[in-house]
Formats: sequence, C-alpha cells, structure tokens
Amino acid sequence: MSSPATAAAPVVELHDLGRTFEGAQPVEALRRADLSVMAGDYVSIVGPSGSGKSTLLHLLGLLDRPTKGSYLLDGIDTADLSDAQRTALRGQRIGFVFQSFHLLSHRTVVENVMLAMLYGDTPKRQRHNLAISALERVGLGHRLDFVPTLLSGGERQRVAIARAIVAGPSLLLADEPTGNLDQTTSESIMEVFEELQSEGLTVMVITHDSVVAGRARRTVEMLDGVLSEVGQ
Amino acid sequence: MTMRPSGESHMVRDLPSSSVSIRDLFLEAVSALLARPSRSALTALGTVLGVGALVSTLGIAQTAGNQIITRFDELAATEVVAEGQRIGFGSGSRAAVALPWDSGDRIERLNGVVAAGTLSDVDTAGALATSVPVTDPLGSTAFDIPVVAVSPGLFGAVRAELSTGRFFDEGHDRNGDKVVVLGAAAAQRLNVTRVDNRPAIKVGEEAFVVVGILADVQREPSLLSRIIIPNGAARSRYTLAAPTEVHVETDVGASRLIAGQVPTALAPGREELVVVKAAPDPTQVRNRVEGDINALFIVLGSVSLLVGAIGIANVTLVSVLERRGEIGLRRAVGAARRHIASQFLVESTLLGALGGLIGTSAGILLIVGVSAARDWTPVLEPWLPFIAPIAGALVGLLAGVYPALKAANTEPIAALRG
Ligand SMILES: Nc1ncnc2c1ncn2[C@@H]1O[C@H](COP(=O)(O)OP(=O)(O)OP(=O)(O)O)[C@@H](O)[C@H]1O
Ligand SMILES: [Mg+2]
Repeated sequence: MSSPATAAAPVVELHDLGRTFEGAQPVEALRRADLSVMAGDYVSIVGPSGSGKSTLLHLLGLLDRPTKGSYLLDGIDTADLSDAQRTALRGQRIGFVFQSFHLLSHRTVVENVMLAMLYGDTPKRQRHNLAISALERVGLGHRLDFVPTLLSGGERQRVAIARAIVAGPSLLLADEPTGNLDQTTSESIMEVFEELQSEGLTVMVITHDSVVAGRARRTVEMLDGVLSEVGQ
Repeated sequence: MTMRPSGESHMVRDLPSSSVSIRDLFLEAVSALLARPSRSALTALGTVLGVGALVSTLGIAQTAGNQIITRFDELAATEVVAEGQRIGFGSGSRAAVALPWDSGDRIERLNGVVAAGTLSDVDTAGALATSVPVTDPLGSTAFDIPVVAVSPGLFGAVRAELSTGRFFDEGHDRNGDKVVVLGAAAAQRLNVTRVDNRPAIKVGEEAFVVVGILADVQREPSLLSRIIIPNGAARSRYTLAAPTEVHVETDVGASRLIAGQVPTALAPGREELVVVKAAPDPTQVRNRVEGDINALFIVLGSVSLLVGAIGIANVTLVSVLERRGEIGLRRAVGAARRHIASQFLVESTLLGALGGLIGTSAGILLIVGVSAARDWTPVLEPWLPFIAPIAGALVGLLAGVYPALKAANTEPIAALRG
C-alpha cells in the first residue's frame, strides 16, 4: 500500500469545493463542500437523486476538475497537477467500485483484477500474485479462472472490489455498489467494505440504502449540491 | 520498453506517471481480438482479399512474363526483316532505296547471322499458272498463283521445310535456271505431288521445273501458297527493280545487334532509308506484359485494400462505441488517453497484419496453382512475402487512426455512467 504523505495529514481535504456545469442553463451540481477524511475513515454519502453525490465522487476520483475551491489528496493539491499527473495519481491512489461492476466479460476474474495494475509499474509476475491475494481478501480465491458472466451479482461486485484495492490505493470510492444487488448480497458486500476499512483502508460509499449508510462510521448528506455532515 | 509522458519537469511532487509496456499493450489487443473471433476474422477479410489480389497479381505477372521470355527466345528473338522505306501509298507506292540483289550475301557476312536472303514480289502481268502436262482437261487447270523471287539463303532465313525434293541453290540462281519450289498449297492446286519425275509447270508461256515442295514455313507462311523462283530466272524474264524484303535469321540474342548493322550493310550512306523490323528486346516485352497485367490488377488490389481499410476502420469504430465502459474503466485505473489510443491502434494494426499474412499465403497458393495448371515455373520476388503482411499492417494502422482518436477522446465519466 502507498503510504499517506504524513501520518497526520487527511487522505481527503476539501475546501469550499464547487462544480458548475456550463451550458445554456448552468447547473451548480456542487455548491460548497468542506470535508476532511482521515486515513481509515469509512464515510457514506447519502442524498436524493440529482443532489450531486456522483459529481462529488468524480471530483474525489480525479475524473473531473472542480470549478472552484481546493482538493488535497494525501496532502497533494490536485489543482496544480497536469492531466497526465492526475491520471497517474488516480491509477495509484484511488480505487473505484461502480454500480454496474464494469468487468471485462471475456477476461477471467484474475485478469480483470490485474487490469488495475496494467498502467502502473508493477512487474507482471507480481501482478498475478497481488491479484490472487486481493481476490482471496474478498473471498473469491476459488473463482480465479472464471469469466464474469458465470458469476453471481455479488461475486461480480467482489471482483470489482478486489480490482479496486489490488494496487493498494489510499482511497476506495464506491458509487451505489449495492444498487444492483439484493438485500442479503448487499449485506455481504458491506461486510467486505467494513473488513477492508478495519484493515486501514479509507472508504467512501455513495448509497440510497439507509441500512448500508447506517453501517458507516460517518455519514455526509448531499442536498441540492450542498454537503453537510450528519449526526456528529 | 515503456511509454512515458514527457514534459513533466515542473512536477508538484515526484509522482511516477502511468505507463504500459509494449508487450502488455500487445497482449491486451490480442485478447480483445480473440474475444470476438468471428468478427475479427470478417474484419480482416477485406485486407485478405486486397493483399491476396496484389500478391497473386505480381506473382502471376512475373511468372507469365518469365514464360514469355522463354518462348520468345525460340523464334521471334532471332528474326530481322529489312525493307526499303516506302514512298507514296497503296499500290502506287515504291521503295525509296533499291536494296541490292546480293543483300543475302552481304548480311550473311555479318557476325551472328545464321542465314539471310531476299524476297521479291514478281509482276507476271496476270499470267496464270498451269501444270504440265494438263492432267484434267475438263476441270479448271489454270490458276492465279502469285510468284515470288528469292535468293537461296531465304529458305534458311524463314525456316522453310521441304516435304519433298530440294531447294534451288546458288548455281541455279547464277545460271538463271528455270527451276521452281512450290508452296504446299500451290503444289496441291497445281496437282504436283512428287518431284522425282521432274514435273514442270508453266507461268504464262514460261515453263519451270519443280525441284521441291515446301511442307512448312515458320516465319513467312504466305510462301506456302506461292510459286517460288530464283532471282536469276526472275530477273531475266520479268521486270524486277530490286528485292522487296531481306529476311535474316540470327543467333539467339543477336537480333538487336544485327538490326543495327543491317542498314549500313544494305545501303551504306543511306541507312535512314532502310526500315528494319526486329523483334523487340525480350526483357522489354516481358516488362511490358508485366506492366499491362500489373497496372490493371494493382488497381483492383488497391481498391480491395482500400475497402479492407474502410472495413477495419468501421468495425474498430463500432468497437470503440461498444467498449465505452471498458475505456472508462481503463481511464479510471490509470490509463492515459494515449494508452487508450495505442490499444485501438495496435488492435487495428494486428487485424491488418493478420489479413496481410493470410492474403499473402492465399496469393502464393494461387500463383502455384495457376503455374501448375499451365505447366509454368512459378516466379516471385523474394521480398514480396515479407513486404505484403507489412503492407497489411500499415493499412490496419492507418484505418485505426480515427477510431483510436475517438476512443482517446471518450470522456471517462460519461463512459462509466453507461
Ligand atoms: N455533465 C453534466 N452536464 C450538466 N449537468 C450535469 C452533468 N452531470 C451532472 N449534471 C447535473 O448535476 C446534478 C447532480 O448530478 P449527480 O449525478 O451528481 O446526481 P446524484 O446525486 O449522483 O444522483 P443519483 O442519486 O440519481 O445518481 C444533476 O442535476 C445532473 O443533472
Ligand atoms: Mg449518482
């Protein structure tokens, strides 16, 4: 795992972060966000549809640039970075889990997980071993050579989680990871997140599910582009 | 080898940039192509046809050209014909220079000449030919058969073959003997089948003794329907200004050389008035034949290649649209735009190379097949089997440029939403 810049520095630090989509009718998807997430935190993000949760996650994941405010990842001011540097930082320090899994259907489970290290500098043989241990961490050590189409929804999402953590990220971002799963499967996925968090990973999960949200240590709520911490 | 971005001297922190090895890029492309094997095969088909057409075209043209040169040597490459330049048109035309009667001897003195002789049309003023004695009093016995005068060397120069008797010789010529050699068709009409009984024919009131009958003439088949008399006899009995043509048989490969020397030998000082027809240089003929065949089929092959390129571009573009999610995911795990572009470029290049490889094999098989059927020796430029797949790869590379740019410009957020 890559280590945070310093032990005390937050993994995520947002100051007055905002994102406005330009257009005929400009949309202020994120108005102001101030948030500090420490290493090992488990944060759930809740809020009604269209409130700006995904917008925030894309900013956190360096997939998008804010229109105002600042975002420090592991103490690095991301505003100063070139596109190439943001891409590299994203690959090295952020793991994504999506609602629709985004697995390559014609590649085996191991290959899907190894993909997360393709654009880094891990040697090929090491990648294979790391992928296997990541899959063992999410309880899929027995499905290494399956193709995703043969897996259940819960198993697919575990593969996606293994892919997200295999490169040792500082931050795991999940956008509705249980949105396509039933109650029991959702719970088992939440258990995986909790386990990873207990091992020291920083996790941020967007969810509609209050049960899922309730299991997180911290909960922030988005309302019409405004972020606020719940019950602190 | 790794691909790394440049121009990051002003880095905020020492962040290692994302990179991917050529080998990994290649493996990713291969598994993407293998994921949709039948589509990949169909996509490569256009290039297969294009490269196949080009390879087989070049090969068959070369093989045929090689065949032509072999046959060519046989006959045409040893033939030279000279005549005086004509002045005027049609029947009123005449030669600008009188070829000498000893043309055959003059030419035969040249190095590289096998045989030479003159050939002259004889104006008999409409005299008809009859056989002596008259064999069939009731039937038609007088024929209008053209008469030509030749020097003895001509028989060798036109590769005449006898069915019976002999050719007349220098002696007959010099003495003005009234002897005749009949072409096979002429002999048949005159009902002369043998010469051992010294048959005679008459042309008008002039009687000639038949000494030989021609079976075949390789170079001047018209002689088969002629009455052929020596120059000596012709000149003493008919008005004959000068020989019409001089035929020369040369050693193999010497025809061009001899053709250059003939005018000086026949008309020194007035060389430009002698028209010499020699077979063109066989390599030139081969090149021209290859050129003719090549031009047509290379156009066809190029069109199929173009169609192949469009096919690859099309399918790769569809693939880019279909794989938006994959593109978004790769960007999310650290792929830079150029990594995405490279991957699609490698995929289309591999498709092109695959098509080129199969096309080359198919083309070579076709050449061998055609050669076997025609009993030819297959000939192929040694570089062709190596260049052709590379050409296919190049087509694939070019075809992939637009889809690759399209893929690189896919916004990851939008791609991941789908
Ligand atoms: N590229 C864009 N251009 C313009 N408007 C956008 C764009 N992306 C998002 N928006 C708008 O920003 C607002 C927030 O969108 P976002 O996707 O963040 O909502 P969300 O909280 O994730 O909703 P949901 O729970 O339904 O996923 C919405 O009103 C959306 O229409
Ligand atoms: Mg959303």
